[in-house]
Amino acid sequence: MSTRTESPAAADFGIDTTSRSTGEAVRDYLARLRAGDLGSLPAVLGLVALVVVFRVLSDGFLTLDNTANLLAQGAGKMIIAMGLVFVLLLGEIDLSAGTASGVCAAVMAMHYVRAGNLLGGMGTTVFLVFACGLAVAALLAVFLRIWAGAALSLLTLVLAVVGAPANPWLEMLLALGVGAAIGVITGFLVSTIGMPSFVVTLALFITWQGVILRFIGEGGVFGIGTDPVLFAVANGNMSVLGSWLLCAVVICGYALVVLGEHLSRLRRELVTTPTPLVVTKTVCVAVASIAATYALTRNRSTNEYADIRGVPYVVPIVLVLLAVGTYALNRTRYGRHVYAVGGNAEAARRAGINVSRIRASVFVVGSSTAALGAIVYSSKVGSVDPQAGGLNTLLFAVGAAVIGGTSLFGGRGKVLHAVVGGLALAVVENGLGLLKQPAAMVNIVTGLVLLLAATVDALSRRRAARG
Amino acid sequence: MSGEPILELTGVRKGFGPVRVLHDVDFTVRAGEVTALVGDNGAGKSTLVKCVAGIHPMDAGTVRFAGEPVRVAGPRDAARLGIEIVYQDLALADNLDIVANMFLGRERGPGGLLDEAAMERAARETLASLGVRTVRSVRTPVSALSGGQRQTVAIAKAVLWDSRVVLLDEPTAALGVAQTWQVLDLVRRLADQGLGVVLISHNMADVFAVADRIAVLYLGRMAAEVATREVTQTQVVELITAGRSGELGLARPETAVV
Ligand SMILES: Nc1ncnc2c1ncn2[C@@H]1O[C@H](COP(=O)(O)OP(=O)(O)OP(=O)(O)O)[C@@H](O)[C@H]1O
Ligand SMILES: [Mg+2]
Repeated sequence: MSTRTESPAAADFGIDTTSRSTGEAVRDYLARLRAGDLGSLPAVLGLVALVVVFRVLSDGFLTLDNTANLLAQGAGKMIIAMGLVFVLLLGEIDLSAGTASGVCAAVMAMHYVRAGNLLGGMGTTVFLVFACGLAVAALLAVFLRIWAGAALSLLTLVLAVVGAPANPWLEMLLALGVGAAIGVITGFLVSTIGMPSFVVTLALFITWQGVILRFIGEGGVFGIGTDPVLFAVANGNMSVLGSWLLCAVVICGYALVVLGEHLSRLRRELVTTPTPLVVTKTVCVAVASIAATYALTRNRSTNEYADIRGVPYVVPIVLVLLAVGTYALNRTRYGRHVYAVGGNAEAARRAGINVSRIRASVFVVGSSTAALGAIVYSSKVGSVDPQAGGLNTLLFAVGAAVIGGTSLFGGRGKVLHAVVGGLALAVVENGLGLLKQPAAMVNIVTGLVLLLAATVDALSRRRAARG
Repeated sequence: MSGEPILELTGVRKGFGPVRVLHDVDFTVRAGEVTALVGDNGAGKSTLVKCVAGIHPMDAGTVRFAGEPVRVAGPRDAARLGIEIVYQDLALADNLDIVANMFLGRERGPGGLLDEAAMERAARETLASLGVRTVRSVRTPVSALSGGQRQTVAIAKAVLWDSRVVLLDEPTAALGVAQTWQVLDLVRRLADQGLGVVLISHNMADVFAVADRIAVLYLGRMAAEVATREVTQTQVVELITAGRSGELGLARPETAVV
C-alpha cells in the first residue's frame, strides 16, 4: 500500500475533521468544561484570585524579594506533588510520601554530617537493617522488573557500604536512591501482595517517621547549610546571563516542541489544534518567560548594601522535572500505560499490559521524586530535623496535585497540575504568613482549599459519568 | 484452506470457586468460516472466549492452533498467535482517545516512544473501512462516545491487526440497524478473507444471515455444533432453551442442571 492510495480512505473517515477553526476549538473547550473536564482551570483562576487578594491585603506580598522567596519555599513540596501525580493517576494514594522524603533527607544529611560514615552515624545494628532493606529493595525491583529502581537501590547500597566521603552530589544521589528503594518496597506491597495503598502507605507513614527519629535522634538536628552546593539548591540564584540563557532555552524549547509538532502534524494531515491557538500559546509562554526573567534579574535585596538578582535555581529544577514528567506521560509507551491502567485496569490487562508492574512503578516514581523534593526543602532550611517531611508536607503535596486538577479517582492528571496547585498553596502559606496569621490559620485554610478541590473533582467526575 | 480447523478447543473446563461454568467443552473454529456461538444468558459464552484470550486460565483442556498444540497464558500470547477479541464489556479506557485505545498494549514507535502519526493514520483507515461516519475525530476521548460508537471502536481495534481468528462477543448489541449490517458485512468479509470468525449473538436473524456453522452452549456444555443450512431457527432456539431438539443436542439435558 502506498500513501497515495491510503489518503482517500483516511479522508473518507466520516465527518472527521483534522483541522478546526479557532471558534470551533473554543466551543469544544467550553463543551469539555461543561462536561466536567475542568483540568487546571479552577486552580489557575484561584491562583490569580489569591494573588490579587494578598496583593491588596499586604504590601509586602508581590515584591520581587517575596516572590523569589515564595518560589523557593513552595518548590520542595511542589516537587513531591509532581511525583504523586503518577500515583494519583492510578487512583492510588501514597500517604507516606512526606515521611519517606524525610528519610531520604535524613540519610543525605547524615552522610554529610558524618563525612560519609553512615555506619558510625547509625550504629551497627541500624546500619545492617538499612543495608538489608536496600538489598531487599534491589531484589524486589528485579522481581518486578523495574530496572531503574533496582539500579538505584543497588548503587545506594554500594555507596553506603563503601563509605564514600562526603560530597554534595553524592549525597543527593544517595537521597534519590533511598527514595527509589522505599518506592520499590511500597510498590511491591501494593501491587504484588495486593494490599490497598491506603493501608500500606499509612503504615509506612508512621514507620518512616520512626526511622527519621532513629536516624537523627530526639531533639537532634543535622546542619547541611554549610555545604555551598547543598545550600545553593534552594537558596542560590543563577547569574544574570544564566537566567537569560534559561529564558532563551525555555522559549526555544517550547516553540520547537510545540510548533514543530504542530507543523509536522499539519503536513501529514493529522488532527491538530488550530494554528492561531498554538501560536497564541507559544507567544504567551515567551512573554511570560521574558517578563519573569526580567523581574527576577533585577536587584531584589531589601538591604541596600547587598545585591541579589537572578532566577532561583529551584525554577530550572522544577521546569526540568516538569518537562521530563510531561514527556514521560505523553510521549512514551510507559506513560500511555499509566493512563490506561488508571482509566480501566481490566482493559489494560486484556491489552497485555503488565498492570502490577505499572502499579509498582508509580510508587517508585513517586518516592524518588519525593526524595528530590526533600533535597530542595532541606536546602531551604539548611538543616534536617526529626520533623522533616512530617507535619503537613503530605497534605500540601496531595493538595497541590488535586487542586491543580489531577483526579483522586485515577485516569486524569498532568504533572503541570502539581506545579499550578503547588503555586496556589505556596501563595496561601506565604500570604497568610505575611499577614501574621498563626500556623493554625494556615492549616485551616490549606485544608479547606484541599477539601474544595476534592469536591470539585468529585462533582466533575459525577458530571462526566452522567454524560 | 477454507474449512480447515484453525482453533480447536478440547475438554475445556472452567470454574469460579465452587461454581462450574464450563464442562468439558469442545469447540472448533474453522478458517474462512463464521461460527456462531449461541446460548442463553449465563451459558458460559463469554467465559469460553476469555479462556481462549488467556484472561481466565482454564482448569483443564487443550488448545490447538493451526494444528499445533499451544498454551495461551495471557492476552499477549493470544495476540501473538493472531487471535483478536471484541469483548462484550468492550474493555476500553475511557480517559484515552480512540487511537490510544485501538493501539493499547501494542503501540507503534521506536524504543519506548510513541509514533502518534502512524497510529492515527492506521486508526483512521480502519475506521473508514468500517464505514464509520458518526465519530467526529479519532482524537475524541472514548468517554465522549455513544454506546454504539464505542462498540465500533472495539471492533475496529480487533480488525486493525493482521489476525487469523477474530472472536466477537455480542458485537452488535448496542448498534443501530445500519451499523449492525455494517458489522455483519464485516464479519462475512473477514471470513471470506480466510479468517476464522466467531460471532456470539442472541439475535437468530443475524446468526442465520452470516454464520456457516452454529455452536450451542447449554449450561456450560456444548449441546451441538451444526452447519447452519442443516437446521432451522426453531431447532436452534430449542437447543438454546432446552439443550435438545429432536435427534440434536445433549443426550440427557436434565442432568446438566446439576
Ligand atoms: N469472574 C467471574 N466470577 C464468578 N463467576 C463468573 C465470572 N464470570 C462469569 N461467571 C459466571 O459464569 C457463568 C457464565 O457467564 P458468561 O458471562 O460466560 O455467560 P454468557 O453466556 O456470556 O451470558 P450472556 O449472554 O449474558 O453474556 C455465569 O453464571 C456467571 O455468573
Ligand atoms: Mg456474555
